[in-house]
Amino acid sequence: MGTFLHRHRGVTPYLLLAPGILWLAIFFLIPLAFLGYESLQSGLFPNFEFTWEISNFSNGIRDYHEQFVRSFVYAGIATGACLVLAYPLVYWIAFRAGPWRNLFLLFIVAPFFVTYLVRTLAWLNILADQGPVVSILRDVHVLGPDGRLLATTFAVVSGITYNFFPFMALPLYVSLEQIDPRLLEAAKDLYASPTQAFLRVTLPLSAPGIVAGTLLTFIPAAGDFINAALLGTPGQAMIGNVIQSKFLESLDYPSAAALSFVLMGLILVALLVYARVVGSERLTG
Amino acid sequence: MRTIAASTPRPPRGLAARAWAFAKRHALTVYALLVVGYLMLPIAVVILFSFNKPAGRFNYVWEEFTLDNWAHWNAVLGIQDAIITSLEVGLLATVVATALGTLIAMALVRHHFVGRGATNVLVFLPMSTPEIVLGASLLTLFLNTTAVFQLGFVTIFIAHVMFIVSFVVVTVKARLIGFDRHLEEAAMDLGANEVTTFRKVTLPLIAPAMLAAALLGFALSIDDFVITYFNAGGTQTFPIFVWGIARVSVPPQINVVASAIFIVAITLALGNVIWQYRGAKRTQGVT
Repeated sequence: MGTFLHRHRGVTPYLLLAPGILWLAIFFLIPLAFLGYESLQSGLFPNFEFTWEISNFSNGIRDYHEQFVRSFVYAGIATGACLVLAYPLVYWIAFRAGPWRNLFLLFIVAPFFVTYLVRTLAWLNILADQGPVVSILRDVHVLGPDGRLLATTFAVVSGITYNFFPFMALPLYVSLEQIDPRLLEAAKDLYASPTQAFLRVTLPLSAPGIVAGTLLTFIPAAGDFINAALLGTPGQAMIGNVIQSKFLESLDYPSAAALSFVLMGLILVALLVYARVVGSERLTG
Repeated sequence: MRTIAASTPRPPRGLAARAWAFAKRHALTVYALLVVGYLMLPIAVVILFSFNKPAGRFNYVWEEFTLDNWAHWNAVLGIQDAIITSLEVGLLATVVATALGTLIAMALVRHHFVGRGATNVLVFLPMSTPEIVLGASLLTLFLNTTAVFQLGFVTIFIAHVMFIVSFVVVTVKARLIGFDRHLEEAAMDLGANEVTTFRKVTLPLIAPAMLAAALLGFALSIDDFVITYFNAGGTQTFPIFVWGIARVSVPPQINVVASAIFIVAITLALGNVIWQYRGAKRTQGVT
């Protein structure tokens, strides 16, 4: 086998790629084609027929534009909150934590080690009506005597923020960690104040991390339905909740497939804009 | 924070200046530690409530301390089977995905070939697609090919390998890019063929990256709800079990299992951090 590989060097990369790429082709690309096929069908479960039913798309957008907008607004707020929470922490880890860096990185990914659903349920404990947070907020009159945190937009958005925080923090860390400290010394030597050095050197150099983190947080957040289902009410339903219930509860596959495609299309548009701005090689790592 | 200092008799101007200086100097540290606290809070709550004795069916309010939940962790019907299924899927999918992903990463880093860009995009796409779309599209494939695929263990396994592969590629690639090809060239010069070189030189060098990728893959697999939910049929993994039961009750055993998973995972991750740290130190010493 060794000599075979040596003689046919040009074949080697394709042999290496074949199993993994086939898997992705069969179980990622082809399913997308099936999803497209499904989205153009009409009829009632289980008798769907392919009829180029474009109206699945227009009806989907018409009936659920509210949930689409809500998903993107919630995901946007959560992404912003992640950035505000993560940037100073990650900056501190990259420049101040010294030998403790890896330990603090572990703190960032630690929430991933608690099952998604269970860590979301933990926010039910924390935000519970009889819980400490609500009682303190009621005492200081931020909340009314019957005010709640659960079943509110606040609960859903904070759940999303918490759950996708590491997707923001890790790419940010990578970009900050790569900054050559000599650049900051140079800025200082040239009489930049710490604020100026941050705004003119650190911040621009960490921009790729900000953009990557923003996308990696925003994309899953926009498709999420767990937080809205567990921490919210139907009034906070996101497009993920609609797709999920159409697929698995009302068995309306065509319109669920069409909605999935619209969601993916909207997200792809965001990605393409991003690729234009920063270049595709950086995007794919 | 300044309450202690406020009670000590010092000239007020100096105190204010000192407080300001202290805040300025440590504001970032304080903020960072607060965010770490925020990240740890729900984890602490999960572990704390695994020792709770809830009054009703929902484990949302602290009542009293008990060890019963840990002693009888499998007292809830179905929880043991669910966790076993999760572990089986996780192990199988991780092994397969780590192998497939490492091979892709090697091809991408080592070779220039037609279709390299397309491969990069294909690997990146699943990571940038919302899980719900991944799950839904795979479900439509399985629904349209019921002669081949019945929803259950196998379809969960297929789905998990699919979404883990990309993460493995990214993790291993990052490590491969930084490594010295001269070592392999030296092995070849000394008469080793490609397979021997891979086994004796490449594999030991990328083993830590593969292990890190495998750990990440296993964590992703055992944690996944959305994609699994779409493709599980009647089979229950632990997250599916939690989702199913959360509508009617939240037994503290859920917290016990989640805490146990967390403790095992954090121990392994800590071990990996230490191993990589020592590995880095060793290679620094050699070169």
